[in-house]
Amino acid sequence: MHELSLSAAIADTVRDHAADRGVTQVMVRIGHLRQVVPDSLQLCWGMVTQGTDLDGAELVIDHVPAVVSCAGCGADTAIDRPVLVCGACGSRDVVLVSGEEFLVVSIDVLEPV
Amino acid sequence: MGRFHRHPDGTVHEHADAVGDHSGYASAPARVAVLENVLAENDRVAGANRAEFAAHGVWALNLMSSPGAGKTALLRRTLAALTTDLRIGVVEGDIATSLDADRLEGLGASVALLNTSAGFGGECHLDAVMVRAALGRLPLAGLDLLVVENVGNLVCPAEFDVGEHARAMVYAVTEGEEKPLKYPVMFRAADVVVVNKIDLLPHLDFDLDLFLANLAAVNPRATVIRASARTGEGVDEWCDWLRRQVPAERKPLVHK
Repeated sequence: MHELSLSAAIADTVRDHAADRGVTQVMVRIGHLRQVVPDSLQLCWGMVTQGTDLDGAELVIDHVPAVVSCAGCGADTAIDRPVLVCGACGSRDVVLVSGEEFLVVSIDVLEPV
Repeated sequence: MGRFHRHPDGTVHEHADAVGDHSGYASAPARVAVLENVLAENDRVAGANRAEFAAHGVWALNLMSSPGAGKTALLRRTLAALTTDLRIGVVEGDIATSLDADRLEGLGASVALLNTSAGFGGECHLDAVMVRAALGRLPLAGLDLLVVENVGNLVCPAEFDVGEHARAMVYAVTEGEEKPLKYPVMFRAADVVVVNKIDLLPHLDFDLDLFLANLAAVNPRATVIRASARTGEGVDEWCDWLRRQVPAERKPLVHK
């Protein structure tokens, strides 16, 4: 739903770091608990970059599972639902260790010759 | 991975080689580490908003909900109850129309309307930059409490910090018990959840305990207030919660 504005934010970040070099690939890391739909983000990325300096830059999405660490039994378990419960012992005394990431990780650029 | 992409008209295709006109560039791309939060720019502006609130002694609330849950109705009750001892400003976010801002007329608050339809087809949320633009139209130095009434939407507003000190969510019992599990980002972001339209419970099959269990599973630390903006039930508890958040050492009260 907000993938359009997120795509625009990604494009701004990419431009800051590209410094007028050609960009061929953008890698983003998105946690499972962010409400970002990958297909929708790809579609919107194509829309916001079409006809711009970023036209054709490929968006690669690195999906990070949501993992909780249990204070009781010490297990790290991936959760599929947003309920923060240890997958090993069922305890709610858990800390979220991944799943909320939303980063531009890297860009692949072409240096002018 | 190929240079697969999709155009807005639905066509998809793959580029065999490097895409776009890169004829003036070296052939092998170099990878540049970025590691920057996608929302970093929004968060920077949100920080500037927060600093401005602090400079003026204003406590700011981000009020969120799905469309029709009762944000504006609750806000009307809130203004009627609180404007006698707090000076309140409202940033009223809506995709289009001034209908909600009009509903807040004459209740003693300073209201700045913020229509998002000027953006790319109408933004579904307020971001820090939009709120910053609206702040210039409010007398911040003369306010104690600022309520940012977000665009009605359970998904997008939760992702964007606008510089608020706390997030409140209005949830209506007509929305179903499972919503915290379906929209966890919003429910996890809320410091307080106002369970609205409680007066309708006798007419619904709604299981309040199941909803509260789902909410606790997603966000165990949220304060829950049961209310009806229609009958006024629970509005005192909500207003007391707000009063406790606004710093006690306020600027001297000057009635307009």
